[in-house]
Amino acid sequence: MNNLVILPMILPVVIGVFLVFFQRFVQVQRWISLLSLIASTGVSAYILYHVQHEGIMRLDFGGWAPPFGISFVADSFSALLVVTTCLTSIFSLVYAFSSIGEDREKMYVYPLIQLLIAGVNGSFLTADMFNLFVCFEIMLLASYALITLGGTKQQLREAIKYVLINVVASSLFLFAIAYLYGTVGTLNFAHLSLRIAETGQTPLLTTIGILFLIVFSLKAGLLLYIWLPGSYSAPPTAIAALFGALLTKVGIYALFRTFTLLFYHEPTITHTLIGIMAAITMIGGSIGAVAYNDIQKIVAYNVVISVGFILTGLAVFTPAGIEGSIYYLVHDIVAKALLFLLAGTIFTLTATNRLERISGLIRNYPLFGWLFFITMISLAGIPPLSGFIGKVLVAQGAIENQSYVLLAIALISSLFVLYSLLRVFRNCFWGETIISEESAVPLKAGMLIPCVLLTAISFGLGLGVEGISAYVSDAAHTLMNPDVYIEAVLSEGS
Amino acid sequence: MKANDVILRTVTRMAVFIILTFGVYLFLAGHNEPGGGFVGGLVLASAFVLLFLSFDIETVQKGIPVNFKLLAASGALLSVLTGLGSFLFGAPFLTQVFDYFHLPIFGETELATVVLFEAGVSLAVIGTVVTIILSISEDV
Repeated sequence: MNNLVILPMILPVVIGVFLVFFQRFVQVQRWISLLSLIASTGVSAYILYHVQHEGIMRLDFGGWAPPFGISFVADSFSALLVVTTCLTSIFSLVYAFSSIGEDREKMYVYPLIQLLIAGVNGSFLTADMFNLFVCFEIMLLASYALITLGGTKQQLREAIKYVLINVVASSLFLFAIAYLYGTVGTLNFAHLSLRIAETGQTPLLTTIGILFLIVFSLKAGLLLYIWLPGSYSAPPTAIAALFGALLTKVGIYALFRTFTLLFYHEPTITHTLIGIMAAITMIGGSIGAVAYNDIQKIVAYNVVISVGFILTGLAVFTPAGIEGSIYYLVHDIVAKALLFLLAGTIFTLTATNRLERISGLIRNYPLFGWLFFITMISLAGIPPLSGFIGKVLVAQGAIENQSYVLLAIALISSLFVLYSLLRVFRNCFWGETIISEESAVPLKAGMLIPCVLLTAISFGLGLGVEGISAYVSDAAHTLMNPDVYIEAVLSEGS
Repeated sequence: MKANDVILRTVTRMAVFIILTFGVYLFLAGHNEPGGGFVGGLVLASAFVLLFLSFDIETVQKGIPVNFKLLAASGALLSVLTGLGSFLFGAPFLTQVFDYFHLPIFGETELATVVLFEAGVSLAVIGTVVTIILSISEDV
């Protein structure tokens, strides 16, 4: 009996609903939502520690043993992602305090943020296909509300596309679940895995697997990312940072679960397909990232590139590759939140997103400028920072699997990440200072401090690789050996 | 033009009570027959919508001084808290219990905690439906 496992999801839900009663009291909302996230981080860190020492944790809702009831299962992979999610969202929340504006704060922005995080955490922890769908919907409904909140013209235009594409993706998800249930007659992940292994993944099941691939690709922005750059540049900075850091990661997580636990018997079909999709995603993302002069668009295309990169690790399907992907996934949640916050701050300072209209920011905002520089080299994967180890391991996995084309594309895409962000850095921070020191907009401490702390975490992840390597290798071990997961879920007693 | 809707209002006065009774019946029947919190909540909400249609919004809100947004929130809170109650008793999350009680009029009756959960669902459904109707009808 591990009621703790539910807390990272249920705490934000309760607090989110509770905050509705305090619509007019902005300060109360701020402090309670901050405390709730800190508590979630604490609990999930404890869960991660506990999983490492005592094995996979499982909670059967209402005491109904799997496969009959719904379970929440925390293995190292999900616990690691939950910790990173909660930790990163604290800083986006703090950034929101000083940037989001009172109108939005009184229209339930904090309850919606809490529900978004609840949906994300629920998706990471659930061990049931239909429950995964429900958690996706919690997350998506909150994100629909957050993307439209404020009601500017651009937000409404992008929200229509965003909602439409996600409604289509969700109905496809539902069809895929229906086909799967019709074929094997169960929905629990571990039980599904057993039944699929028994039949040896027939062509019908592979087809269903590909349908799941399409669904989760729509959510993760793998190849089907056309909706992503527009909708991620519409909402206010703090919200965009949450979106960029979390929403695609849930789709990536679902792809990892599905194709390591369920449909892993025909890798020549499914994993080759993922490899091709990842390659095209990286190429398309790279082209997008260098093509635009709009900072928001450049940042959004960087999300696309990293999605392709993370899925490269799944496509090569070797222990090193998977491990690299997990490192990179954790790094990317932190770094993308940071990148979105920094890009949003540039907009706050200069009131424009056009590269050619900004210049010489480094003179007025030296600390801010160097933060951007560090983020940039961290995303490109320069050694002392957090992006490095993931890239090395993914590359190692690709070499082991002899996927040299994929390896080349993945490494060249890193250069494009560096080039696209360097362009932003060189144009915005170097050059002649257009704004004089007297007329410069002061940078609020409430905006700078979250960025500084996130950079510190990014440094910590890079320097403290040894510290988290035990968790990551355990996560990769569980992903590569589905038996570990199945045994933990279907064993007697909890 | 001021329409004379005396027939509509008279029928509404009676129909609302029938709908409310039916809603409560559906809610209570849910455990053993078709019905339950969601359908019961929808039927109850339809009674409120009928009131809003035949009388104007101010009149109804004077008669039923409930903030429907907060009603929805308290419904959701009630449902979650019945699940969290399991923390107090050391049982897995969302555990439901039931027992038989001897009540004065009904005699031997089965009472289950799932009713509380369903009551939360009903309140959330009523609150959401009425909030949607009211906010669409508002002038911008």
